[in-house]
Amino acid sequence: MKILVCVSKTPDTTAKVAFKDGNTKFEDAGVQWIINPYDEWYSLVRAIELKEKDAATVIHLVTVGAADAEPVIRKALALGGDEAIRINADNHDSFYIASQIAQIAIEGGYDLIFTGKETIDYNGSSIGGMVAELLNMPYASLVLKFDLNGNTATITREIEGGEEVSEIALPLVVSSQQGMAEPRIPNMRGIMAARSKPLKVVEPIAVDALTSIESFELPPAKAGVKLIDADNVAELVRLLHEEARVI
Amino acid sequence: MSVLIFIDQADGQIKKSSFEVMTYGVDVAKQLGTTAEALLLGKNTEDLSTLGKYGISKVYHVADDNLNNLDAQVYAQVIADAATQTNASVVIFSHNQTGKAVASRVAIKLKAGLVTGACALPNTTNGFVVKKTVFSGKAFANVSISSAIKVISVNPNSHTTTIGDGIAEVATLNISVPAPKVKVISVNKISGDISLSEADIVVSGGRGLKGPENWGIITDLAKVLGAATACSRPVSDSGWRPHHEHVGQTGIQVAPNLYIAIGISGAIQHLAGVNRSKVIVVINKDPEAPFFKAADYGIVGDAFEVVPKLTEEIKKFKAGA
Ligand SMILES: Cc1cc2nc3c(=O)[nH]c(=O)nc-3n(C[C@H](O)[C@H](O)[C@H](O)COP(=O)(O)OP(=O)(O)OC[C@H]3O[C@@H](n4cnc5c(N)ncnc54)[C@H](O)[C@@H]3O)c2cc1C
Repeated sequence: MKILVCVSKTPDTTAKVAFKDGNTKFEDAGVQWIINPYDEWYSLVRAIELKEKDAATVIHLVTVGAADAEPVIRKALALGGDEAIRINADNHDSFYIASQIAQIAIEGGYDLIFTGKETIDYNGSSIGGMVAELLNMPYASLVLKFDLNGNTATITREIEGGEEVSEIALPLVVSSQQGMAEPRIPNMRGIMAARSKPLKVVEPIAVDALTSIESFELPPAKAGVKLIDADNVAELVRLLHEEARVI
Repeated sequence: MSVLIFIDQADGQIKKSSFEVMTYGVDVAKQLGTTAEALLLGKNTEDLSTLGKYGISKVYHVADDNLNNLDAQVYAQVIADAATQTNASVVIFSHNQTGKAVASRVAIKLKAGLVTGACALPNTTNGFVVKKTVFSGKAFANVSISSAIKVISVNPNSHTTTIGDGIAEVATLNISVPAPKVKVISVNKISGDISLSEADIVVSGGRGLKGPENWGIITDLAKVLGAATACSRPVSDSGWRPHHEHVGQTGIQVAPNLYIAIGISGAIQHLAGVNRSKVIVVINKDPEAPFFKAADYGIVGDAFEVVPKLTEEIKKFKAGA
């Protein structure tokens, strides 16, 4: 079994969201970078669990990013995984990123490709589906539970209005979310081992992005809270009806 | 050139978010001076000509049995074929579970630029620029699409449905539907409950409720308001509530008209998922709780006293209204 886990770096969830260069770039000064939580907590940990059950499993991590993505990739390697590939390209659209990952996937011949359900910065929810389409593989989106039985995956996923259990033969692309695994933290042995795991840097293939971010905006500030006395709940109901007009 | 709107359904019923994208698509078509057409896949027995009320001129219905369950690969093939046959230049989805599974595949098939999570109509005065939510709702990005064909998925609850008159032409398309590779074993519908991402009102509980046995006050309030229920991350992590109720940066992002937060401190990761709500009410016993800074209305008090009172007052209000 060969698994490819897609890993992205994202700003820490407590990072201040601000923009620079005329609101065209994320203000990254002083920002801590983390592994995108969906990639780390669910995709990577589930891949590691599969390897713990079947030692013959090989896990490769892939990221599309500049050299500053390496600390995050090392952290991911400290959790587990055999080697990592960094495609040396910075900030492009999801089509560009998916094309790079698909290229690595074609070369590596993976049975399973895990992506997170989205990154917590761009919220695209599109890399998994794009990679699946580029590889002509089935796509299990928004997966809550993932099990393997030989060459067949049994998955529970979120669909419109409920959950669905289904079976899909490998190869397969998956997007992971909460429920698929329990988050872990790397231990000392993992951190030491990660230092000597291979981290291969490859150059991107030529692809034209189809979208570009022109500018960012912040939402307008709230006017401030109106406090209502706990003994006067009826007043809240009146305000919600007459002033806010939401009930 | 036309706008093609994908209509999603669950159990043969068209979803609220699909009516929103119909209006969105019709508005885009008006902007581009073209017609809005819609595509519906799988079994449906409703009178689809009534979709004309939403401004749709033609509804294509492909009713192959292989489309009754969602196989993203099969759906993408059919939708992309339909887009090509109908000469669509913009294809529109809801950014719901189906849209998340399919829109990206369709974009690849059509060599189209994709913007997911759109929250406003595109700006077409100079190019084609779509505003989308980023950083889980903490900010917006204006994304320019350079390809000839565009694929957009629209955030639920971000575009108001408008209804008028009109009758849509109903047609089918000659598309061969490939056999699905996904073998469905079972489907567990959360029927009866209001879907969280589509709900107009959400009542949400946090760790301040102390345990799952106390959730009655949340569900009672939700019931009188016709609201969906939600929770903070530690609540679903502890198994007090199911995972699909967890809102926030690493859960579901919601944008209801009214979000009522009870016993939730308002951590930045929680706010990220709810701060696009139109009105936020916070009930918390700690006046220093950070959530009050993001709220429109607040009550400082004990949830176990305040919430049942609120439920009673709403009941009175509903009875009088
Ligand atoms: C990477 C990362 C991602 C995360 N993602 C999310 C996410 O997506 N969603 C999310 O929710 N969290 C997320 N978190 C967790 C987040 O940081 C907070 O820990 C969490 O939101 C706190 O949940 P809470 O408000 O229910 O609990 P607490 O912070 O414990 O707050 C409980 C609140 O209840 C109040 N209270 C107590 N008793 C009463 C009473 N009787 N009446 C009224 N009020 C009372 C208290 O004053 C307090 O404000 C994430 C954290 C990290 C690190």
